[in-house]
Amino acid sequence: MDIPRWSRHTILVAFALILTGLAAAPTVVRGQDATPAAQGKATLLATTTSTADTGLLDALAPLFLQETGYILKPIAVGSGAALELGQKGEADVLLVHSPAAEQEYMAKGYGTERRLVMYNDFIIVGPESDPAKVTAATSATDAMTRIANAQATFVSRGDDSGTNALEKKLWNAAGITPQGSWYVESGSGMADTLNIASERNAYTISDRGTYLSLRDRLALKILREGDPSLLNIYHVILVNPKNGRDIDVAAGRAFMDFLLEPKTQQVIGSFGVEEFGQALFTPCAGNSCGVEAAATPVATPVA
Amino acid sequence: MTELSGGLSEAVRLLLGGDPEVWQIILLSLRVSLTATVVALALGVPAGAALALANFPGRSLAVAAVYAGMGLPPIVAGLVVSLFLWRNGPFGTLGLLYTPTAMIVAQAVIATPVVAGLTLAAVGALDPRYRLQLLALGASRAQTVWWLLRQARLPLIAAVVAGFGAVISEVGAAMMVGGNIKGETRVLTTATVLEVGRGHFATAFALSIVLLVVTYFVTMTLTLLQRRHAAL
Repeated sequence: MDIPRWSRHTILVAFALILTGLAAAPTVVRGQDATPAAQGKATLLATTTSTADTGLLDALAPLFLQETGYILKPIAVGSGAALELGQKGEADVLLVHSPAAEQEYMAKGYGTERRLVMYNDFIIVGPESDPAKVTAATSATDAMTRIANAQATFVSRGDDSGTNALEKKLWNAAGITPQGSWYVESGSGMADTLNIASERNAYTISDRGTYLSLRDRLALKILREGDPSLLNIYHVILVNPKNGRDIDVAAGRAFMDFLLEPKTQQVIGSFGVEEFGQALFTPCAGNSCGVEAAATPVATPVA
Repeated sequence: MTELSGGLSEAVRLLLGGDPEVWQIILLSLRVSLTATVVALALGVPAGAALALANFPGRSLAVAAVYAGMGLPPIVAGLVVSLFLWRNGPFGTLGLLYTPTAMIVAQAVIATPVVAGLTLAAVGALDPRYRLQLLALGASRAQTVWWLLRQARLPLIAAVVAGFGAVISEVGAAMMVGGNIKGETRVLTTATVLEVGRGHFATAFALSIVLLVVTYFVTMTLTLLQRRHAAL
C-alpha cells in the first residue's frame, strides 16, 4: 500500500504549487482604483447577533462596498457587548436594539448621533401543547406571569443581549423574579437558545427574524405576538471619536448615511420576502413608522 | 489595559474566594474532560497499538486517517454528535442533547484520534527487536502487547496529556452539544465566550486564567506520575 518515492515527491511539489497559487491569488484580483477599499479602508461595525444570523448584513455589505467603497467588517455580539465595544472605541459605528441601554450610552456621551433604522418584533414561542396557557394571556406581561405560575420551563438568553434586556423588562413589569429549576439560562445566541427551547419543550422569547429563519426545524409555535411592549427597535449609533484611538468617523458616518438612505431602506424592507415569505425587518428611518410613539407607553421612565 | 489587571485580580478572587458558581463550572469542566479522556484512552490505546503492530491491507490509509483525525476541528465533532442526538436524529429518543453526557461523547470523539495517533507513534518507535525477543521468550500475543505498552508508557502519558489538553480547551463542540446552560452544561471555555459576548472582558480574562491554572494542575499531576514511573 506504500506510495512509491517518486510519486510522493510529485505530490509534495503539486501541493506546494497549489498553496503558492492560493496565497498569490488575492493580489491578482485586487484592482488599482482609489476607493477607500483599495486603500484598505473598512468600517468596523459592532452589532447584534440578529442582524448577522438573519443574513441581513451579508445582503447589505456588497451594496455598501459598491456605493461607498468601504469594506464592512461586522462584529456580531450581543447588544450589551456592542455598546461596550463602542465605549472602548473598538468600533466605528453600532447597530443595536437595546433602547434603555442605548439612551444611557448616549447620555454618557459615548455616541455622537443616534438614528432609528428599522424594527421588527419579539415573539413569545413555546410548545404547541402550551401547558402554561400563554395563548389565553391578555398581554405579554400576563403571558410571562402564566409561565412563571405554571413553573413551565423557560429558556432565557442570560447574556445581556437586547433580547435578554427585553425579557428582563417583561419579568419586571410582571413583578416576578424568575428563578428555580424551570428558569434555564442558555448563555447562548438566539439560534442556539431556540434549539434548546425546542429540545426541552420550553418557552422562550425570540426576535421574529431568527425564529422565521429556523422555524422548519423547531418544535415551537408563536404563542404571543403584536404587543407594543414586544417591539424590537434598531438604532444606528455613531461612536464618539473621543472614546479611543483610530476611530474612523468618516467610515462610521458612511455606514449611517448608507443605512438611512431610501434605496437601502427599500432593500431592508424587502429582505427575507423571497426566502421566508415575509419581510424580517420594517425600515423606518424617515417616518419613525409610529414606532417611537407606540413604544413610549411601555418605555422605562427616565429617572 | 484595565481588562488585563482587573482580570488578574478577579481571577485570584474567583479561585480563592470560593464562588460556588465558578467552582461548579470548574468541577464540571474537569468531570467532562477527564471522563472524555478516559473514554479516549480506552478506545485510542488499543486502536493505536493495533495499528502499530498489525499488518493488514489498507493499513497506511488507516494510519493516515488517524493522523488526520488528530486535527479534527471540534466544531465538526460537535456537529456530527448533534446530528445524531437531535430530537429527530437516530438517537434523539435518548434526550441527551444539551447534557454533560453529550459533551463527553463529543470530546471523546475529539480526543480518541489524538490518543490513538500518539500511541501509534510511541509503540512504532520501540526497537522492533524487543518485540521479537518477547515472542522468542514465548509471550502470548496479549502479553506481548501489554509489555510493549509498558515499555512505551512515558510517551503514552504524553498522549493522555495531549488528549486532555485538546478537550479541556475546546469550545466549539462544548457550545454546540452542551448549549452553555447555566448550572448544567456551562464549562470554563463556554463561560468565557459568554462573558466576551456580554462585553465583560475582564471577567472573561479572569476565567481564561482559571482555565490555565486548572489545566496546569492536571498536567502537573500527570507529569509527576510520569516522573515516578520513570524512576521505577
